[in-house]
Amino acid sequence: MRKPMSTANPTLLHVQNLRKYFPVRSGLMQRASAWVKAVDDVSFEVRRGETLGLVGESGCGKTTLARLLLRLVDSDSGQIEFGGDDITQKKSGELQSFRRRMQIIFQDPYSSLNPRLSVERILGEAMRVHGKATRNNVTEKVCTLLETVGLDASHRYRFPNEFSGGQRQRIGVARALALEPELIVCDEAVSALDVSIQAQIINLLTDLKQQLNLSYIFISHDLNVVRYLADRVAVMYLGEIVETASTPALFRSPMHPYTQALIETNPTPDPTVAAPDHVISGGVPSPANPPSGCRFHTRCPQAMPKCREIAPELRNRSDDAGQVACHLYV
Amino acid sequence: MNPVLHVSNLSIAFDIKGRSTTVVDEVGLYINAGETLALVGESGCGKSVTALALMGLIESPGRVNGGSVKLQDQELINLPESALQDIRGKSIGMIFQEPMVALNPLFTVGDQIGEVLLRHTSLSRDAVQRKCLELLDQVGIPDPARRINQYPHEMSGGMKQRVMIAMAIACEPMLLIADEPTTALDVTVQAQILGLIDQLQKDMNIAVLLITHNLGIVAQHADRVTVMYAGRIAESASVHDLFADPHHPYTQGLLKSIPRNGETGARLYSIDGAVPSPDQFPAGCRFSNRCPLVLEQCRESVPTMTQRQTSHYAACWQD
Repeated sequence: MRKPMSTANPTLLHVQNLRKYFPVRSGLMQRASAWVKAVDDVSFEVRRGETLGLVGESGCGKTTLARLLLRLVDSDSGQIEFGGDDITQKKSGELQSFRRRMQIIFQDPYSSLNPRLSVERILGEAMRVHGKATRNNVTEKVCTLLETVGLDASHRYRFPNEFSGGQRQRIGVARALALEPELIVCDEAVSALDVSIQAQIINLLTDLKQQLNLSYIFISHDLNVVRYLADRVAVMYLGEIVETASTPALFRSPMHPYTQALIETNPTPDPTVAAPDHVISGGVPSPANPPSGCRFHTRCPQAMPKCREIAPELRNRSDDAGQVACHLYV
Repeated sequence: MNPVLHVSNLSIAFDIKGRSTTVVDEVGLYINAGETLALVGESGCGKSVTALALMGLIESPGRVNGGSVKLQDQELINLPESALQDIRGKSIGMIFQEPMVALNPLFTVGDQIGEVLLRHTSLSRDAVQRKCLELLDQVGIPDPARRINQYPHEMSGGMKQRVMIAMAIACEPMLLIADEPTTALDVTVQAQILGLIDQLQKDMNIAVLLITHNLGIVAQHADRVTVMYAGRIAESASVHDLFADPHHPYTQGLLKSIPRNGETGARLYSIDGAVPSPDQFPAGCRFSNRCPLVLEQCRESVPTMTQRQTSHYAACWQD
């Protein structure tokens, strides 16, 4: 199912030096006393038909990055090119046609659907706004969409509270598909679901990708799921990408010590594999006050003196399967 | 040797809108000293309600309808509240999913750990203070002398969970109940906390009931596994037997539906449908409406738990 990505596939999304700092305000005048460096100088690309996995722990900036890409929050600097268009500076009116092409599926299928709207309105509204459906054919389109995601056409009269978690997430998928997008950002889209339901949604996403030639950015903290779904993986730590590589290469030979730690501590569903006996210590430092130099040096088992001072840049991995930002490989 | 915890035929019902709905039905399990039993199942299967019942914490509209919960040889069902209070925190320690919610934001962590010791031991205030410092050190909190006077909001999620563990083991319990102890934590911190629980268990020979939905955690940290589905036990076995040779179709489905390392080509197996809500449990075997191997008799009569191999039991009409 996973085809080797040929470089011939055109780039769909190209992100360069993207940066977003949030102010921490304090004191009487509510002046910015510090900055949370949520996304700091992030560059990557997604090719057409590709699934990019984005992994990292809480506070690493995965979700902020997703919101930046969708222009739900504005970046401080950097550039987002989608289908060859620079969308970084577009005003909200001009964004209309772009929004149709990039959609998002949220983590929580309970809070991301309006409880007061029927499924037909949830799915139909965006189609009407974007001219994908008219008053006359909206019902027909909603029915088709529901069947695409494995629900019944009669479900369109129901309200979100009448569905189970898995069914709601199918509605979330249907809503993302309603505008026939080219790229869907899945922000922990299967994390809130039970194992048996998770597999249903993962299969659905896989099928849809093939049928509709979609690209995904799949954000998750579950490495087993990312390994299964993604063609390429980017690992984030405290606002920065520390390593990217094709999925097999990343899991076979992780190079950044943080990637190594993530893979090692990921619980393997196999009792013959022992739990890791040494685990990296500490937790993720506050992104408002990240360590100097390499941000991982405070937890890195292989830290060297220069890691404390100089931030390593992303360089090609020795196997050319991706890039890594670590002084060990200079 | 008697098990530390022995639960048999435990049934719990909730009275909702004048109707009584059984959410935990004839559940039985046991845990020996120094052993970790994982209680596995999807949301709504009754695993957390079972844990609450072990501690006598089922409140109206819920009620325990029958069965027995024995901690060593003491029966806990129908024990008066005052006697239960002597047991909770002393013989049974608990760790919950959300350390942010389970700790009181208005008291320092030292006060909260100390409270357990003051309630259950005759230690003096000074001795309690010393013991608190010792406990913080034991659960791997650096600089205990400073941390002891901090409030929960001054700590990270992993630190707070360590404080919860310190409270839970303060009185050297026989049984530790850990209900999704790492679900709210990051993976690297999760590994630290599970490693800590393993270590303390070994040092203190505690029986651990680990409630989780994460089969990776089960595989790496449990000795035995009990699988629950829709309020009943589906299967119970040693962790190796369960993963190598699952007998219940539900267990088989669960294991097949997790993406395995390296497997990418094949479609994931998925169990059709969803877990029914307690008022819509099917008659007979409760998995019958989703089971790929369903027989006529499955829809009519409840399968009994039968022994498959040594210490391997499953409730299924299939052999």
